[in-house]
Amino acid sequence: MHNAQRESGVEIRLNGDAYELPESLSVRVLLDRLEIDPRRVAVEVNLTVIKRGQYDTTIVREGDEVEIVNFVGGG
Amino acid sequence: MPNDLQIADRAFSSRLIIGTGKYASLDLMVRAIEASQAEMVTVAVRRVNVQDRSEGSLLDHLEASHLAILPNTAGCYTATDAVRTAHLAREAGLSNWIKLEVIGDERTLYPDNEALLEATRVLVADGFVVLPYTNDDPVACRKLEDAGAAAVMPLGAPIGSGLGIQNPNNIRIIKEFASVPVIVDAGVGTASDAAVAMELGADAVLMNTAIAAATDPPAMARAMKLAVEAGRLAHLAGRIPRKAYATASSPLEGVVGR
Repeated sequence: MHNAQRESGVEIRLNGDAYELPESLSVRVLLDRLEIDPRRVAVEVNLTVIKRGQYDTTIVREGDEVEIVNFVGGG
Repeated sequence: MPNDLQIADRAFSSRLIIGTGKYASLDLMVRAIEASQAEMVTVAVRRVNVQDRSEGSLLDHLEASHLAILPNTAGCYTATDAVRTAHLAREAGLSNWIKLEVIGDERTLYPDNEALLEATRVLVADGFVVLPYTNDDPVACRKLEDAGAAAVMPLGAPIGSGLGIQNPNNIRIIKEFASVPVIVDAGVGTASDAAVAMELGADAVLMNTAIAAATDPPAMARAMKLAVEAGRLAHLAGRIPRKAYATASSPLEGVVGR
């Protein structure tokens, strides 16, 4: 919140790395921006798994820790 | 089918479960899965590469074949991380099945029994069908079953080692104790290892490296399918007792010249 007056966008942690967004936005819009098919991933914001039905209503804000995972080859 | 493998509410006619890691290409993986006739494959949960989206989705290649997808918690060293990964897997795959791994040691990749048991309890309470990868320890397996595991998955040997079943007697005892399916998970190197696991009474075998890192993965996948079937049949057929000395197969009477 203390960064709200910053002129540039909001900074989040995305999969462990710093990531700049123009403004706070929904999980749905974030996935769109990243060109990620929402049906193929799971999203966690601040350690809470976000259900797919909540992608529109969950807003990613300054300082949020976002994890986006998918399935890869594994045993 | 009475000869099906029943885990929780699902029945499988194949007793071979295979991993999707380490293949040189997705095409090779798909051909190996086809050759194995496995009906369930494991996958790992990892961060999406947000810089490079060219890789495509593994699920695109798996979904067409109507396979059951079993996500794992590979790489997790604490119960907390494994539980977190399981919840992400459930949301990504829309299934509540999880191959639970909580690793306790980097060199052997042996499970951390205590943390595994704790994570099993938490995930069962959260509504998961939990298939824990465990030591080949009958007591550990019994505790996991008591905690609500849908199957127990004792290792045959360290993951990726290809050493074969190191403690056949324990696998036999685990099967004797268990009232949930016993799936030998890890350690298989070649077809005879898979057959041995099944002959010992295992309900299924789970493997990845033995197929994926073979020189010809689809051919090895078919070998594994046949070995699992052969081992299962031999187990059901009832092997002869071992004896120290010979017993002639041909009649002792009527030998020419005697």
